[in-house]
Amino acid sequence: MVLPMSADPLAAPPGAAAPRASGRPPRLTRLPSRGYAGGVCAGLADYFAADPLLFRVGFVVLAGFGGLGVALYVAAWAIVPAAVPSEPGDTTRLKAGAAGMRAMVAGAWREAAGIGLLVLAGLLLLRNLGFWPGDAVVWPLVLASSGLALVARQLWGTGASAVTDGGAAELPTTGDTQAASLPGGLLGAMLIVGAAVVFLEATGTLAALREALVGIVVVVVVLGLVFGPWMTRQARALAAERAERIRSQERAEVAAHLHDSVLQTLALIQRRAGDARTVGTLARRQERELRQWLAGVAPAAAEVSLAAALSAAAQEIEELHGVEVEVVSVGDRPLDDRLRALVGAAREAMANAARFSGTEKIDLYAEVAGASVQVFVRDRGTGFDPERVPADRRGLRESIVGRMERHDGRAHVESAPGQGTEVELTMELES
Amino acid sequence: MTRVVLVDDHGLFRAGVRAELGEQVEVVGDAGTVEEAVELIGREAPDVVLLDVHMPGGGGVEVIRRVAGTAPGVRFLALSVSDAPDDVISVIRAGARGYVTKTISGPELIDAVRRVAEGDAVFSPRLAGFVLDAFADGPAGVATADPELDQLTDREREVLRLIARGYMYKEIAHRLGISAKTVEAHVSAVLRKLQLSSRHELSRWALERRLVSLDEEESG
Repeated sequence: MVLPMSADPLAAPPGAAAPRASGRPPRLTRLPSRGYAGGVCAGLADYFAADPLLFRVGFVVLAGFGGLGVALYVAAWAIVPAAVPSEPGDTTRLKAGAAGMRAMVAGAWREAAGIGLLVLAGLLLLRNLGFWPGDAVVWPLVLASSGLALVARQLWGTGASAVTDGGAAELPTTGDTQAASLPGGLLGAMLIVGAAVVFLEATGTLAALREALVGIVVVVVVLGLVFGPWMTRQARALAAERAERIRSQERAEVAAHLHDSVLQTLALIQRRAGDARTVGTLARRQERELRQWLAGVAPAAAEVSLAAALSAAAQEIEELHGVEVEVVSVGDRPLDDRLRALVGAAREAMANAARFSGTEKIDLYAEVAGASVQVFVRDRGTGFDPERVPADRRGLRESIVGRMERHDGRAHVESAPGQGTEVELTMELES
Repeated sequence: MTRVVLVDDHGLFRAGVRAELGEQVEVVGDAGTVEEAVELIGREAPDVVLLDVHMPGGGGVEVIRRVAGTAPGVRFLALSVSDAPDDVISVIRAGARGYVTKTISGPELIDAVRRVAEGDAVFSPRLAGFVLDAFADGPAGVATADPELDQLTDREREVLRLIARGYMYKEIAHRLGISAKTVEAHVSAVLRKLQLSSRHELSRWALERRLVSLDEEESG
């Protein structure tokens, strides 16, 4: 006999070691994925932190005493719940993934084969005691019990009472169960049918059944021909109805969105019609929001990417100061602390332009080229002499130049009276 | 005086643009559908058509395609609320000489119409950004069919970057120490590349934004 499991319990797979680490006493579970039959021995070994071989030998020896071992094993299999196979470090069902599913499926096969063998063992034992029901019963019973095990798995997931390491009952999600056990269930059904066929063949009743079967097949084919087209039509109608329902749902969603956003803004604009600046701001904000919605960009993205953050900052400035900011960005990067500082500096540059330049239009251009990020904020306003910035204008020196330098960036201000202003922000990033 | 036809399916918007253009250009007619537009352009043979991108029945792209055979001298300037890259790039690839957004100011629009009438290309900052994005350096070693068409020169990039930053052609010329005519030549070259390039990245970029369906690619 070759041991599949490591002889050292401390080197058990991480999935089994996990409950230990939690400090809570582990519950006794079967480990079908690690055992030969139902995983009872593996489970016991895990529980008592001993070598599964000990328990296996124990059961085999006990089986010699009038089949006691077999009976005990079957009883243990029925009583002890199977553990849900879990991946190392896996905390959620979502993460269980394909590996977990594979383990479940493999467990199903082994469990079914094990049950078949156990039934066979039980029957052989009966023969020893002088009672032999005959081949016509023995083999079908073995096949059918294996098949039943598989079918049962499909019906009740991983055994009737699957428990997790934490002890709380957590049935796998429906999708998982089905994906994992559907082939098992199918094979189980086939095994049961096969068992019936073997039984019928052995008892000589198959020939009689054959004629009845021909009759049934003919009836089924005729029914299929009669009702087939009708059923196809029904299925199509159902699909069409479903599509229509999805469409009307979408329509309702669009209507709801327009009502909450555009119609509200239009109502506001009507009330504030006299205030041109407010109306302009409202219209711009609504336009931006609607565009974002049409493009399918979630507003929350502002916290994630440079372009989105700049665009959000521009929107803030538009609303605060009643100016228009034309945002153009080429390329994008995920936001980090340094880029956040860059956005802050750009925002300050826009605010300066809005407050001091006297124009109502600001251009913001951001370009990500490899590891270098550049942002330009430009206005065509009055401009100023950068050499003679009043000492109390801390915005430029502190919030723009200072902030960029603190984050290993550069800020360059180009301006002259009457020429407008352009603030250039540059940051080299580690690629 | 520059003769202009307005094509837009919103009557209110056409009236607004008409008022903004005022006496500076001659608006010889306006149309609200693709059919009307094709007929009107064929009859009036204007210098410039101000064209909406989104219209029932195929939009601006369809108008350009159908007029191309009958009135080859007509130049198109796309004017749209849409700032989706796919809309913009597809109308440019169909043959428009430029693209401006509907929020453009009156004087700027008049200037753009005149420049298009003279055969120049009109790039808004946004369009310049899209083009830079489309021609951005892809992964090294990507073979392109025609390197001349498939890549922008450094100078062209520089010009586009300044447009994206909000500079006027004149300001760009001043900054780069070249003539305004040279700036216009660069922009026209970019426009040509945009229309003719089969650049791998450009088509991929376009497809990613669900832009050019395959039939557009073939006939455009």
